[in-house]
Amino acid sequence: MNATPARQLRPDAGADTHTISLNINGKQHELAVEPWTTLLDLLREHLDMTGTKKGCDHGQCGACTVLVNGTRINSCLSLAVMQDGAEVTTIEGLANGDDLHPMQAAFVEQDAFQCGYCTPGQICSAIGMIAEGKAQTRDEIREQMSGNLCRCGAYNNILAAIEQAIPACKGGLRE
Amino acid sequence: MNRFSYSKPQQVNDAIQQLSDTGRFIAGGTNLLDLMKENVARPDQLVDINALPLREIETTQAGGLRIGALVKNSTVAYHPDVERVYPLLSQAILAGASAQLRNMASTGGNLLQRTRCYYFYDIGTPCNKREPGSGCGALNGQNRIHAILGHSDQCIAVHPSDMAVALAALEATVHVSGPDGDRVIPMSEFHRLPGDTPHLDTTLGQHELITAVELPPRGFAENYAYVKIRDRASYAFALVSVAAALELNGNTIGTARIALGGVAHKPWRKPEAEALLAGKPATEENFRAAAELILQGAQGFEHNSFKIELAKRAIVRALSEAASGVNAK
Ligand SMILES: Cc1cc2nc3c(=O)[nH]c(=O)nc-3n(C[C@H](O)[C@H](O)[C@H](O)COP(=O)(O)OP(=O)(O)OC[C@H]3O[C@@H](n4cnc5c(N)ncnc54)[C@H](O)[C@@H]3O)c2cc1C
Ligand code: SF4
Ligand code: FES
Ligand code: FES
Repeated sequence: MNATPARQLRPDAGADTHTISLNINGKQHELAVEPWTTLLDLLREHLDMTGTKKGCDHGQCGACTVLVNGTRINSCLSLAVMQDGAEVTTIEGLANGDDLHPMQAAFVEQDAFQCGYCTPGQICSAIGMIAEGKAQTRDEIREQMSGNLCRCGAYNNILAAIEQAIPACKGGLRE
Repeated sequence: MNRFSYSKPQQVNDAIQQLSDTGRFIAGGTNLLDLMKENVARPDQLVDINALPLREIETTQAGGLRIGALVKNSTVAYHPDVERVYPLLSQAILAGASAQLRNMASTGGNLLQRTRCYYFYDIGTPCNKREPGSGCGALNGQNRIHAILGHSDQCIAVHPSDMAVALAALEATVHVSGPDGDRVIPMSEFHRLPGDTPHLDTTLGQHELITAVELPPRGFAENYAYVKIRDRASYAFALVSVAAALELNGNTIGTARIALGGVAHKPWRKPEAEALLAGKPATEENFRAAAELILQGAQGFEHNSFKIELAKRAIVRALSEAASGVNAK
């Protein structure tokens, strides 16, 4: 994979910046970041990857959920500089061209969203949950997905979508 | 967020040396960054401790378990030895926050998370914990989530951790390193009551680093329960929580441990109530007597007096569940 040259994210960025390398959705990035930039703001504001959403910015809603080294986390409560060297997967990295990830396809089939704002976080969280392997029953899925709120209340369909996608998602992220 | 310098040392001693008087360690970041976004915390330096070698879970010579300060909450909760010997700890951790947050939160950071008092979080209001001497917004304000035990006229905040409640019941110890060397703090002395210095949550020094939490061999895996009462079924802080652990001989109680969360500035234990149960049959009547003793002297405020009866019932429920063995694997 070709590394892009270190990108200066702010014209006024100076002595405070730290150079980090991140693999985002399979692409290697060398980035000069200010330490107070969260991973979420790096994705959305600096890399124009707006698929990951900012709901609360305080760990309370799950809209910002991404996978870091395969593990689901809230990107609003992590500093980009702390993730130096990590592999980050966002909603933009799940499909293979027009070929949707099974979890994405299941969300479409089950009508698992209304406004869609929570959806990227729900999908990344569900994929992370399946990789963790701790949820077998519907109640366990509900509990394990409680970190993702949906203001539209699409919970029943979200649950149905996740259940549908589990067999195809076992083993974590699709190659 | 305010501006700050950032470093990521590799060794414990370097981390301790690098920390300035106005700096902070950062582990998972789930509490500190939250507070920094609200300007409640304004450190001018962050020392990222994630490269320190504090990620092991290992059996101790005494037959207990030592959990490194950087081990994630989810890793602790699902660790085979924790699930087998200390399921109370697993249950308490899994009752807290969300899966994403537990994947980020560290063992040390969880103990040091700060209160969720609304006034503490709102820099436009008085708060003795955030701004000593400014007053307490909660005392005559919205105090539904506040303390009923051990509070002072300076502060009525509660400690929000679930994990800490289980660690208190299990009589864990906290291992710390600082400029003056290493020391071990029992859980009962780690968090403190507010008194007239509510800005201090714990007995840890500003330059001290938590390196590990150690569990003694006794895990109460047969008879335990963590009961957490909250405003929604998941992903909410405790109004009241109870960690109960029993050692039973038939139906007779040998040892009882009871720790409460959501009711005080620290996990709350009352040795007299635990002693009261020793040698007695495990009956609801005896559990209620212990509950009455634990809540003796409890004092509520305008919106939280309901917690007193709630706590008593939660204690009885937790002890009954523990005695029944329903949670044992
Ligand atoms: C929406 C939400 C809901 C939550 N719900 C719950 C809940 O229901 N129950 C619950 O128990 N918790 C809950 N939490 C809190 C969560 O458990 C804590 O934020 C987390 O445990 C803190 O760990 P951390 O590693 O992220 O700490 P950090 O944010 O990195 O650090 C917290 C503090 O500890 C200090 N620190 C960290 N590690 C060390 C160390 N080794 N030595 C010395 N100092 C150190 C830091 O300087 C900082 O002051 C919730 C949090 C959020 C955002
Ligand atoms: S209860 Fe404590 S933390 Fe809350 S406003 Fe009063 S002093 Fe501040
Ligand atoms: S934006 Fe991160 S949890 Fe809401
Ligand atoms: S679909 Fe609108 S918030 Fe979930």
